[in-house]
Amino acid sequence: MKIHIPTPLRTYTGGQETVSIPGNTIAATLDQLATTHPELRQHLFTSEGKLRSFVNVYFNDEDIRYLAEKENTPATDQDELTIIPSIAGGCCCCL
Amino acid sequence: MLHIDYSDYNALRTHGEETYPNECCGVLLGKSLGAEGNRVQKIVRAGNTRTDSAHNRYHIAPIELVRIQREARNLGLDIVGFYHSHPDHPAQWSSTDFAEAHWLGCSYIITSIEQGQAVLTNSFLLTGTAEEDKKFVDESIEIKIAEPSSNNQKGQP
Repeated sequence: MKIHIPTPLRTYTGGQETVSIPGNTIAATLDQLATTHPELRQHLFTSEGKLRSFVNVYFNDEDIRYLAEKENTPATDQDELTIIPSIAGGCCCCL
Repeated sequence: MLHIDYSDYNALRTHGEETYPNECCGVLLGKSLGAEGNRVQKIVRAGNTRTDSAHNRYHIAPIELVRIQREARNLGLDIVGFYHSHPDHPAQWSSTDFAEAHWLGCSYIITSIEQGQAVLTNSFLLTGTAEEDKKFVDESIEIKIAEPSSNNQKGQP
């Protein structure tokens, strides 16, 4: 499956914007990504192995958190994953 | 240093004036120049999904970011930063801005909008190797003013 890497994490994929990683499910593919590019793991996952809260992963154009089978959704070589950290902020610390 | 054309610089400031008293937000597309900073070649406006508190918060929908990143890829560009406005607040990053900043190596532009008028525009580079050691560093902005077109010059044969 093709995985699109955001700018900050390309340091860990040899500068590649898109990498091809085998895997039958989203979870297996992400794990293989972190195995192939081990420095990515700490940026994607917590020490408990969960995706970091600010890391969004899109399966084609669907947020994987809203898929019926979430990370266990089956994947094929024709599917694409996009990793996209969140972007937010605001002008003061209190609402 | 952040390198940006005047037209883009002006456009992001205008965006902040248009959305006042709410915050605007958008994405900077371009290329990293390594130690020389980021070069902006296109800005893309984004919607602020924080309609519950848009006067002091912004958030870009991840699916919009996915599409913008796709657009960048098709143009041969990268996401090199973001911009947003601070209505009636200084053009300085806040603790919220810092907590929500995760794009290491990217530039975060902030424009203060006072009573609807853009005043100061500052840029901050998010440096570090991970969430645990990230920090914002003041970043100078080089604004490139376009050369006048030779077609408009008088006295040409």
